[in-house]
Amino acid sequence: MKEKLSSFVASFGLPRLIISAFLLALFILAPIVGVDLPMQITNVINRFSWNAVLVLAMVPMVHSGCGLNFGLPLGIISGLLGATLSLEFGFTGPMSFVMAALISTPFALILGSGYGWLLNKIKGGEMMIATYVGFSSVSFMCMMWLLLPYHKADMVWGLAGKGLRTTISLEGYYDKVLSRFLQINIGKISIPVGALLLFALLATAMWAFLHTKTGTAMTAVGSNPVFAKAAGIHVDRIRMLSVVMSTWLAAIGILVYEQGFGFIQLYMAPFYMALPAVSAILIGGATVNKATIMNVILGTFLFQGIVTMTPTVMNSVIHTDMSEVVRVIASQGMILYALTRKTEVTR
Amino acid sequence: MNLKPQGAGKSILNILRNNTVPIMFIIICSICIPISGFSPAYLLNEILTRLGRNAFLILSLLIPIMAGMGLNFGMTLGAMAGELALIFVSDWQIWGIPGVILAMIVSVPFSVVLGFICGKLLNMAKGREMITSYIISFFINGVYQLIVLYLMGSLIPIKHSSIKLPRGYGIRNTVSLLNMRQCIDNLLAIRIGGVKIPALTLLIIALMCLLIVWFRRTKLGQDMRAVGQDMQVARDAGIQVERTRIISIIISTVLAGFGMILYLQNIGNLSTYSAHSQVGMFCIAALLVGGASVDHASIGNVFLGAVLFHLMFIVAPQAGAKITGDSMIGEYFRVFVSYGVITMALIMYEMKKRRQKASIGEQLALAQREGSRHE
Repeated sequence: MKEKLSSFVASFGLPRLIISAFLLALFILAPIVGVDLPMQITNVINRFSWNAVLVLAMVPMVHSGCGLNFGLPLGIISGLLGATLSLEFGFTGPMSFVMAALISTPFALILGSGYGWLLNKIKGGEMMIATYVGFSSVSFMCMMWLLLPYHKADMVWGLAGKGLRTTISLEGYYDKVLSRFLQINIGKISIPVGALLLFALLATAMWAFLHTKTGTAMTAVGSNPVFAKAAGIHVDRIRMLSVVMSTWLAAIGILVYEQGFGFIQLYMAPFYMALPAVSAILIGGATVNKATIMNVILGTFLFQGIVTMTPTVMNSVIHTDMSEVVRVIASQGMILYALTRKTEVTR
Repeated sequence: MNLKPQGAGKSILNILRNNTVPIMFIIICSICIPISGFSPAYLLNEILTRLGRNAFLILSLLIPIMAGMGLNFGMTLGAMAGELALIFVSDWQIWGIPGVILAMIVSVPFSVVLGFICGKLLNMAKGREMITSYIISFFINGVYQLIVLYLMGSLIPIKHSSIKLPRGYGIRNTVSLLNMRQCIDNLLAIRIGGVKIPALTLLIIALMCLLIVWFRRTKLGQDMRAVGQDMQVARDAGIQVERTRIISIIISTVLAGFGMILYLQNIGNLSTYSAHSQVGMFCIAALLVGGASVDHASIGNVFLGAVLFHLMFIVAPQAGAKITGDSMIGEYFRVFVSYGVITMALIMYEMKKRRQKASIGEQLALAQREGSRHE
């Protein structure tokens, strides 16, 4: 029995176990300390629906052996370009969301191919360079948001008449356009079915893709590039495809996030957005070179659960908001754990 | 490896190629300086101040590079240790130079513990030291916040309410270091015209450089270089690779702690929760601007980098404002350049590593072919 337990801990991972236990404790504690549980559950589900696609964006690159996509901000920038251009062109309501997704696609394809080409040149050092590609592109776009000729009155600074604002309200555009679609209310709990459906659609597509010939090739490239090359797979092309997919999913992911959140955040906002997504998929049980759709779902739920529940529950228990510290330690600790595991170093 | 004699033209090209980043920065600065309209005396003054402020911190990066562990993004840990020490010292109300020296002494145990943890973790993540040290700095930042924001004043005794938050525990957002502000810089300062030369600070930095030069020649320093060259060979030669790597990180962390204290005595106040967050990035960018790479850095790189990088930092916002009429452009430009430089340096390093690997493979194949021909 003891052996079984220890082998379970070893396979599940101690940090993951601690985080799950912590979240469980939060859920049990919540009604005892007088926190509105249905409200909290609604929040967790909502935040899950905002973030799940961004976490899903991690999957292709992990599969092809490019590691965790710390360069997620690059895809986010494609999404932001799509969003702002869609608004600038005067689309409103649900149409603006569709157009934002359409416009961001070519940007994601172009930026993603460039990024993939770069990552093919520097195999082995992907993660560090990805981080800095993300940072440089965000800081480059900071200049562009000011310089590009946007003119729509509710997007630019009022006084100067140019330069985009740091946050742009989506009211009248695609604010909650997915969340409200087919929304179900059970008692106090409301479920944003539309957003969940889109995630389900993308996740199923991803699952199906990974079972196609190209998808299997991708997994082969990730687990053993030499073998894959010997089997006649174009390693570089597959890696490039995975990077483009990841970048495009990040672009769509940020649009889904925005429609839930209700605002477009520009300038330095995308800077650290890769880290929550990375730690979410790791908490869900993924490793640096293995990730499944289940990891995405479980990880996003656990991560967002902790992010939503800690502040309220902690506040009621000890009357201080330690949530920020808990979030930082849990998420960074999880990434650190994944990076330092012995089995994954020998790649 | 290349024994072929090279023409003069090729060697100039090589120099250009190896120093792309510094040359680019010299060009940027020489364009921006006239546009910004700052007087030479002002610029010289600013640069000397910033050199005194930052050079020590940048020097702390050299030793891990020597040990082949890349750019130590974990130097932030040292910075946090220095800040912890400064919080304690200012609570004990010890000011001036004794305060600075005491803070340095107090920071050592913190730095050693943090450096040890960092070194241990990096040994578990060989080959991806940089991203790991980068995440470690975030992780320890969380722990730092836990200690400073919640444990100080509740578990760890803090007497003076001037540095505590009104709620009775936790440290305020800024801790004033007014009583030790520039105490080292001003002692023995030389003023020529409008330019103040912080002689003592520069002297300390010079001493540190000598120490590093000496350290390279010691047994430990040689061991580190051997580990940096090839871990396997070093291990076969009887060097304790893991131990050597941990020591190199500990030294770097301790130096970063000292550097942070020097930095903050110049600034004169401590932003408790944000002072350390950008330090690693700026120091690494400065070092790379000086022409260093991930696997090679010299003391010359530190000074050239500090001067060029900070020159850009001073003139870019003003020049940007003059050109585009928007002061924010310059601000964003310098942030972009800092990140861009690091990105470029990382890319060039990885590409060089791949090229070397490929050429070693080719040589091996050639040797094998020749070997079989002899048989």
